[in-house]
Amino acid sequence: MSVIGQPLKRLEDRDLLLGEGQFAADYTFSDQLYMRVVRSTIAHGILRGIDVSEAKRLGGVVEVWTGKDIGHLPPIDFRLHKLQNLPLCRQHVLAQDKVRYVGDPVAVVFAEDPYVAEDAADLVYVEVDPLEPIMDATRPPGEFAPGVSTEPAVVEKSYGDVEAALDEAAHVFEFEFHVGRHTGNALETRGANVFYNAELDRLEFFGAAKVPHFNRAAIAEMLGLNREQIQLFEGHVGGGFGVRGELYPEDVLCSYAALQMKRPVKWIEDRFENLMAANHSREQVFRLRVGVDKTGFILGLENEFFTSQGAYIRTHGATVTDLAAAMLPGPYLVPSYRTQGRVRLTNKTPCGTYRSPGRYESTFARERLLDLIANRLDLDPIEVRRRNFIMSNLMPYSRGIVNHGTPLVYDSGDYALLLDKILDRIAYEDLQKTLEERRVAGEMVGLGAAYFVEKSGLGPYDDVRIEMDRDARIEIITGVASIGQGVETVMAQICADGLGVDYETIRVTHGQTDRIERGMGAFASRVTVMTGSAVAEAAAKLRERLVGTAAERLQLPASELSISDGNITANGDREGPSIPVVDAVSATLDEVGGDVLSVETTFEATHMTYPYGVHIAIVKVDPATAGVEIERYIVAYDIGKSVNPMLVEGQIAGGMAQGIGGALYEEFLYSDEGQPLSATFADYLWPTAKEVPDVETLVTEDAPSGTNPLGLKGAGEGGINASGAAIASAVGHAIGDPEAITRLPISPLRLHEIIKNLRSE
Amino acid sequence: MIMSGNRHNIKLNINGTVHDVEVDARRTLVDTLRDKCGLTGTHIGCEHGVCGACTVLVDGVPVRSCLMFAVQAEDKKIRTVEGLADEGRFSLIQQAFHDYHALQCGFCTPGMLMLATWLVEREAAVADEELREVIASNLCRCTGYQNILRAVRAVLDGENP
Repeated sequence: MSVIGQPLKRLEDRDLLLGEGQFAADYTFSDQLYMRVVRSTIAHGILRGIDVSEAKRLGGVVEVWTGKDIGHLPPIDFRLHKLQNLPLCRQHVLAQDKVRYVGDPVAVVFAEDPYVAEDAADLVYVEVDPLEPIMDATRPPGEFAPGVSTEPAVVEKSYGDVEAALDEAAHVFEFEFHVGRHTGNALETRGANVFYNAELDRLEFFGAAKVPHFNRAAIAEMLGLNREQIQLFEGHVGGGFGVRGELYPEDVLCSYAALQMKRPVKWIEDRFENLMAANHSREQVFRLRVGVDKTGFILGLENEFFTSQGAYIRTHGATVTDLAAAMLPGPYLVPSYRTQGRVRLTNKTPCGTYRSPGRYESTFARERLLDLIANRLDLDPIEVRRRNFIMSNLMPYSRGIVNHGTPLVYDSGDYALLLDKILDRIAYEDLQKTLEERRVAGEMVGLGAAYFVEKSGLGPYDDVRIEMDRDARIEIITGVASIGQGVETVMAQICADGLGVDYETIRVTHGQTDRIERGMGAFASRVTVMTGSAVAEAAAKLRERLVGTAAERLQLPASELSISDGNITANGDREGPSIPVVDAVSATLDEVGGDVLSVETTFEATHMTYPYGVHIAIVKVDPATAGVEIERYIVAYDIGKSVNPMLVEGQIAGGMAQGIGGALYEEFLYSDEGQPLSATFADYLWPTAKEVPDVETLVTEDAPSGTNPLGLKGAGEGGINASGAAIASAVGHAIGDPEAITRLPISPLRLHEIIKNLRSE
Repeated sequence: MIMSGNRHNIKLNINGTVHDVEVDARRTLVDTLRDKCGLTGTHIGCEHGVCGACTVLVDGVPVRSCLMFAVQAEDKKIRTVEGLADEGRFSLIQQAFHDYHALQCGFCTPGMLMLATWLVEREAAVADEELREVIASNLCRCTGYQNILRAVRAVLDGENP
């Protein structure tokens, strides 16, 4: 039986369950200093002066730096999507002449004790002349710096003749949709412990995450070091979601301080800082103009949208805007399309990606649009979707535009088939009938469905090395990272499948820059697709070596040999001639020399792969409190090929829970002056076990990807993608106005207003 | 407790072992566990008592160890995640978390395990609604909670998966 496709238990669990994890804050070195960042309390203003004298006098304080002390360090550069004037709006590690959001680092304190460091930070006095903040990205742009607009870039994509389509359309509708500012903040806050290793003359950065190799190169460049003079080490990471592990000012400050002071420097942010300094995300406003024929078929779609990017352009550049622009048409044909994505700086925390970046937002806008078209034309919303699908016989389907630097080609998919399957599974017609009866009886209940296309498996490459020692112990060395998703288990499964060994005996190494030269890291649901494919190829290569040796010894053709339970046998015949894998590896090593048999592969991909799915939410609204209860939640997702279904379902359930947060509870609100109003967990509300329902899943493998040998597509983001859209649709249905919900999150206050207005009409 | 200025020499009974530590009055229990006793299994998620990542048992009940000062925990019995397994053998609740895939990144796990340990050791019937209410005390960002609920339910029901 193939190991791929089995719901095997995780290799990662043991240390974590015993309390023996090694998270960023768990690294401790003797003689370490503690770093504390002093942050701007003003959203926008000119930095007049910083008085650090009192802080420096406090016992236990070793050093205090302001922007002047590190002014020679360049701003933090982009990892992705450099565009137009974006480089002019990068963030320095400490503010130089202006502060631009509440939370902007202005000074940094180093002390012998973390409590003292925090005391000292309170004694740093910052003088700022306040300026008017820009809080609304849809208002006309202002000036970031002399001659630099707060709209540093516009992302434009188009195909077909939209003007002609809108002219010939039977109906043209215009809608505006808002997605609130929220993010994937993980339970572990950011942190690092950087150590100068004098013996090896190198910096050692512990607590790395997501993209260690990229960050190594970036820090080296900023500090003027050779790559060999800095190594990053990833321990356990308490959640990533796009946010954790990007290169932030604090990472560079910690590294620079360790280098200057030749002492270990530890930095662990608190939650208050995390909520106003780590990347925010989402916050987009879509203005759509759509032309449809009488049947609801979309002829042309025009989209102008605004991304409230926050105060600076961080490592992601224009990624989120680009993805929203490319992915908005989703599973629908949309023969002509034109989009302008306006990247607008605002005096809020800078933004980056959050799980399903640009898709959570654009799916909300698109699926709301489909519902509204159906409502205007008095059609069934499911039927309108069917009429607009890209049919499976058109796959692979090229949009003729670029998505995240790769040609947008949907590799495979049968959108109608999955819709049929899930509607059948939940007995859709009966369900709607039951809900209608409940509505007649006075309950506010409703069903919302939303379709989506995800993207995954971003290239361009991944390297893998598999090593086997003379005891036949296997180590897979990768350049990826683990953010808690189960990388080790999945890689071990793929390798075990190829080699015919027990997956539990395989060691998987990731996030160690001294173990492998290159590495892309963990983002864009790329790891299973890219690294998994590389592991499959490397395992096949290693197998070939071992079986080749065995074939010589056994005087049998290699094609007749197979590996199982630690033996190489003739087609699994245990009674027949066989040779233990341990002997085969030793014999091979005797020939080639050395103590480790090592194979390396590189897997390359020029295109991404596109999984797809459906979310269905059934909600009940309490008319008195405007609270929304999710009674049922269903996700159907085609991921081509599932390596570990248990982990796939875990990804879907976790994503869905986060999606509920963005749909109903989580929002970074600001006062008009730019003061953050959601900077604690008492104000920024994650869903708890009370708010998250059990998710019913249907994971199908009807459309394997042609981009990789196993047919894999990524599973990480489908659980969240359409959740905002589905919940909004269900709430609209429940309150009796399919068009009412145009903004996320659907907070009780907003919903109460909507219900009140509906009743007064 | 011996006081010298703001410093206190206290004895903390953690998982049956007594630790002699010197702390400031303001040092929280969680910082003391982690920095003075070397027990980094207990995690810090918010330091304002909402997330529950730092949940430990103090005299048998779940406590946010970020909201308790170390000096307040003297003479009390403290239990942390490090005390759950028996010579590397999982407790029932640890085993159930493994079996039901009730953890992903593992950062909330120690707090969830202590909360669940308290619940199952009460040896009282727990309705689903109460189970949900209790688990809602702590935050998890990865799992969507359902597998945590399943794992705890399995132990409550005495299931051997």
